[in-house]
Amino acid sequence: MRRFAYDFERPLIELEEKLDAIKRTESAGKEDIAAQIAYLEKQIEKLRVRTYSNLTPWQKVQIARHPDRPRTSDYIEAIFTDFIELHGDRTFRDDLAIIGGFARLDGAKVMVIGHQKGRNTKENLLRQFGMPHPEGYRKALRLMHLANKYRLPLITFVDTPGAYPGIEAEERGQAIAIAQNLAELSRLEVPVIVANIGEGGSGGALAIGFGDVMIMLENSYYSVITPEGCVSILWNGEGNPEQAASLLGLTADRLKELGIIDAIVKEPLGGAHHAPALVARDLKKELVKALKDLIKLNPKELVEKRYARLSQIGYYIENPVKAPVEK
Amino acid sequence: MPIGDWFKKQERNTARSPAVEKRIIPDGVWEKCKGCNEPLFVKELERNLKVCPKCFFHFPVSAYERIYQLTDLHSFEELWGDLIPGDPLGFAANKPYIDSLAKAKDKTGLNEAVVCGRARIDGFQVAIAVMDFGFIGGSMGSVVGEKIKRITELATREYLPLIIVCSSGGARMQEGMISLMQMAKTSAAIARHQDQGLPYISILSHPTTGGVSASFATLADIIIAEPHALIGFTGARVIEQTIRQKLPKDFQTAEFNLAHGMVDMVVNRLELKRMVARLLDYLGASGVKE
Repeated sequence: MRRFAYDFERPLIELEEKLDAIKRTESAGKEDIAAQIAYLEKQIEKLRVRTYSNLTPWQKVQIARHPDRPRTSDYIEAIFTDFIELHGDRTFRDDLAIIGGFARLDGAKVMVIGHQKGRNTKENLLRQFGMPHPEGYRKALRLMHLANKYRLPLITFVDTPGAYPGIEAEERGQAIAIAQNLAELSRLEVPVIVANIGEGGSGGALAIGFGDVMIMLENSYYSVITPEGCVSILWNGEGNPEQAASLLGLTADRLKELGIIDAIVKEPLGGAHHAPALVARDLKKELVKALKDLIKLNPKELVEKRYARLSQIGYYIENPVKAPVEK
Repeated sequence: MPIGDWFKKQERNTARSPAVEKRIIPDGVWEKCKGCNEPLFVKELERNLKVCPKCFFHFPVSAYERIYQLTDLHSFEELWGDLIPGDPLGFAANKPYIDSLAKAKDKTGLNEAVVCGRARIDGFQVAIAVMDFGFIGGSMGSVVGEKIKRITELATREYLPLIIVCSSGGARMQEGMISLMQMAKTSAAIARHQDQGLPYISILSHPTTGGVSASFATLADIIIAEPHALIGFTGARVIEQTIRQKLPKDFQTAEFNLAHGMVDMVVNRLELKRMVARLLDYLGASGVKE
């Protein structure tokens, strides 16, 4: 079976496949073959560094969407202990595009909520590729209320292309569901830590995606609109998503520069799926550190600080000084 | 009559019609109704709050027109009108963002897509914000977010009811994530106004979609929609492309939203001011009756 690869990875993957084929042949072990293998391995390493060292914003978006990329459930399993999943919005149904429940982070009791993509086509159909309906956001809202009531710090994992675009989603109030979560997140009297592990697609991501500390994985993205959506609106489909991705300033690096996020967790060359355990370990370190800092604040301080943080996000000019008139 | 002749006549008719229109609709005096195609006398249309007297089609109104229609005469006092947008990302797609901003300013005479201030509605003191779709589709960037936050904070501080008239395609993508975060910022300000127990009425005019519908627009105590206004989160085109099926005819209209329980009422613009005043009375607003 051919391995999944984006165009820019294709030469590397082909070389790797060639190496695999040689290793599989019966003559493996003979000296001339061994030399060939050593040579190929060296070439592959060089090419790997060349392919992944200076990723463009669009390439990062692609890695963020990689089918093998670890999902929220993988991080929950790797980072937390004693996870108890909670289901349903108590109104309509259980939306599997969002999961959540109680868990322990380094021993501390917390509430976890995250977008959940599937690992294969079958699971993705169940989970709508991590695109929630309003009932998904209302499930999240219910868990936020529980977190607040039982004073459990909230940790969210962001990984969605966006809120589900569909007739029923609109009928059941997609806009209102997102808006209510935004209002609620701002007033929670417990620490809120956000980890973007893949796709941060617009309002559908933001609905569980802002807090006191915001962390992004190196190859995740967070954007006001998907690059494809931007192309279709601004260029009437004439441009390409590569350009759009560069313009939107959606990478972790750029968002740290802009002061939107606080920390970036490095990924191995090629993306988190090449060493999931390593990424989970480093992400855990960041989460634990953030939680240690935040639990020092009392509820009122937390809410005030979060409000102040949001309040200063914006780029505008006030009382513009009129240019002096030349005589 | 041979069928061929019949077609000829039709052709002649259609060929003549633009000239006829030109004769009877000179610029600025007459306007053709987009709802029923009837020619309307502009002065009369304005007196009728830009609602077609024949078919009740609601024409779009600018921010200042709306303020004139909705608030008591000379009661509006504008705030933060001098806040102007910047270009945080140096954004340039098919044209530079700064050019779009300059063009929007020329077209509307506004610095940004929202106008805010204090006003009275049938004597009730209110804090009001009105969006203008003419300014880059009423999109929310830093300035819109900041002004909505400020008017909401002022309302909270001064114990005033908040009135927001929405008209927006959503977040302004030319300011990237900074725009998206304005959704959280405005919602946080509204949450504080709610927690203070103060009334907030939002009026959704055509269109209210995307990041605006998914933040402050729908967090009100009472949500009023204008007839036939487009209200929803995801654009119809994106939905059609995703699910590959035809959308219901009234999809995302004000009436559709009413039927699905997403808005309190659909109110004709001619009755809007009166309805807002009646609601303010129930919500315990204070003011001097005129």
